[in-house]
Amino acid sequence: MSAQRLAEQFETLEKQDHAARLGMWMFLGSETLLFGALFAVYAYYRGMYPSEFVQALHHNSVALGTTNTVVLITSSFTVALGVHFVREGKTRLTAALFALSTLFGGVFLVVKGIEYAHHIHENALPGGMYSFVEQPPAGVVLGITLYWFMTALHGLHVIAGMIMLAAVAVLCLKGRYGTHRFVAVENVGLYWHLVDVVWIFLWPLFYLTD
Amino acid sequence: MSQATIDADTRPGALGVGAEHPDYLRADSGLRSWLLTKDHKRIALMFYVGVILFLGLGGTFALVLRTELLTPEQTFIDANTYNQMFTLHGITMVWLFMIPAIPTVFGNFVLPIMLGAKDLAFPRVNLASFYVYVLSAIILLGAMLAGGADTGWTFYVPYSTTSPTAVTWMGIGIFVNGISSIMTSVNFIVTTHTLRAKGLSWHRMPLFVWASYGTSIIILFATPVLGMSLLLIAIDHTFGLSLFNPRFGGDPVLFQHLFWFYSHPAVYIMILPAFGVISEVVCSFSHNKPASYRAIAYSSLGIAFVGFFTWGHHMFVAGLSEFDAGVFGALSMFVAIFSAIKVFTWVATLRGGSISFATPMLYFLWFLFLFVFGGMTGVAVATQSLDVHWHDTYFVVAHFHFIMVGGTLTAFLAAAHYWFPKMFGRLYDERVGLLTSVAVFIGFVFTFLPQFLLGNGGMPRRYFTYPERYQWLNVLSTGGAWLLGAGLILALGNLLVALKWGKRAGPNPWGSRSFEWITASPPSKHNFEETPEIERSAYEYTLSEEVARERAKAR
Repeated sequence: MSAQRLAEQFETLEKQDHAARLGMWMFLGSETLLFGALFAVYAYYRGMYPSEFVQALHHNSVALGTTNTVVLITSSFTVALGVHFVREGKTRLTAALFALSTLFGGVFLVVKGIEYAHHIHENALPGGMYSFVEQPPAGVVLGITLYWFMTALHGLHVIAGMIMLAAVAVLCLKGRYGTHRFVAVENVGLYWHLVDVVWIFLWPLFYLTD
Repeated sequence: MSQATIDADTRPGALGVGAEHPDYLRADSGLRSWLLTKDHKRIALMFYVGVILFLGLGGTFALVLRTELLTPEQTFIDANTYNQMFTLHGITMVWLFMIPAIPTVFGNFVLPIMLGAKDLAFPRVNLASFYVYVLSAIILLGAMLAGGADTGWTFYVPYSTTSPTAVTWMGIGIFVNGISSIMTSVNFIVTTHTLRAKGLSWHRMPLFVWASYGTSIIILFATPVLGMSLLLIAIDHTFGLSLFNPRFGGDPVLFQHLFWFYSHPAVYIMILPAFGVISEVVCSFSHNKPASYRAIAYSSLGIAFVGFFTWGHHMFVAGLSEFDAGVFGALSMFVAIFSAIKVFTWVATLRGGSISFATPMLYFLWFLFLFVFGGMTGVAVATQSLDVHWHDTYFVVAHFHFIMVGGTLTAFLAAAHYWFPKMFGRLYDERVGLLTSVAVFIGFVFTFLPQFLLGNGGMPRRYFTYPERYQWLNVLSTGGAWLLGAGLILALGNLLVALKWGKRAGPNPWGSRSFEWITASPPSKHNFEETPEIERSAYEYTLSEEVARERAKAR
């Protein structure tokens, strides 16, 4: 089995796994810069319009945002546990933990959806669609726009991460991963942690501004 | 005129390669074996076809532009078409030719062989990268047909958000193109770290690998920022995101910052691989080790690093404070220092070497002249007081074409000739190669040297018409462009002819000591019959052939 999975260009499995990990870290570095650009835009505009940003984000529900933070951190914890158990060969446990994490991701999206519905109801929409207040002061719209764009982009990452978590859970049940092979499980775990870390920055920037 | 000398390795066998296995071109046959291949060499050839097609398309746009500028008033296209042409020329050349050209074609082909590896670390990602490139090309071509773009390749807001052209799809196409670049660069970085042959330490690697490594780092960290800024433009154009719209307090200049944070490093994405090619060519054809290996290797990393902090020099007249502009100007000049280190090292490498004037070497000389010219004018435009005068004139156009065409395209041609025997096992006609090279050079100089004078005389870029006093220089420039185009077509023709009728090359026609030449030409599907063991650097020209071969064993 393990001889089979060694690709011809590698000499040892260790090296192949090392390459897969390194590749994932490189990809994550690149992802960081994707969000980094938006964080830079946020920093620039918030510096320009400090009070308008507070005003714009004032009606974001701290309770819902914090709930989501707790949900995501918990899901990261279950993912980390899953990675730990796959190394010990307890793949059924890993599958269960990854399925649970996927579920947490779903809860996150539902809560986010409730928030979005509320914003739409309030007409707190991004850019040109914004009509929350008459004659909005410059800056408020930017805050709302960034809120929508950054959380939506993060949401897409959550969905991608959920698909990967679910796939790994299924493959774990099918016996693809175990003590002999777990680097893909680790890599999916890493991706999910990145999604989590991004949210940990989004949370104070969009919910704890008061 | 030096015919290629076969001075190393074994004589060609029945297949012309001395390999036990058929080479990678004959290993499998049928369309499927190409389209679904995971062999880095075949993927490289598919990219080769792609980038050549887009060089042709971008070149055609350029010739339309130049022909239009033959007369001061309208010549044969209207002003809107003219705006389209210079935009599409930029987009095609930057994203579909210049950025992928050297890494995906020559990097893909020789980098694993140089490292003594059987393939890149992630062959499937490599193939996916090709199809993502094709997808981006289809999106961009579709956008060109469905409205094109007239914003200039820089997509500056506010115009890009209101332009009636297909800006949205252009943005999406470029975003997808970036994904392809990132996939290739992750592959190169991981391959360099994990697949070096036994004994191949970092300081024994061919310099092309260092350059590709530096390029990959820039791609990895700069491309997402560009992708994000163009995505913002695309969403703004269609849905009115308005993040840069002053009506809502947005700052259009912020877009310029984001754009140039990528697009200035992008210049180094385009030129660093060219540096790598030039380093290989100069050593192979002067049969000499580089005057300083470390100077060339580390200055690539230096450029990769400093390149991230120079973007402001594009914005000297966009409201940057004088202090900031001064800082950005000074940082930009650091790039000139690193580049000068390279240029001097290459020139010093010639000293004491045994120089053979084959076509790639001639391209090296053109490169040296054109790149130094482009680099020196770069220092000039990085100076705030001078740039205010030259900004948005033909002086800038001439400057960056000296770097991009005079540097990168020249190096691309050098690589196309230098690695031709490696890729196809045959030799091109040396005399035709030299003649087309001269045509390309003369055509280039006539195209762009007048543009320095035009810009200095005050002719702004991107204008459809111009006062009559600029005409004679424009006529020179247009004539040069046609000669350049003809030279390129002839050079391509020469290589295509050699594909079928060229003489068999043998494994190492240039007598190079670099590691891609220690295996057969063209290599077998797995590059090496045996895993290579490396006990020397890639430039041991002082050792005798037998000793050199013994110390880098693979067959």
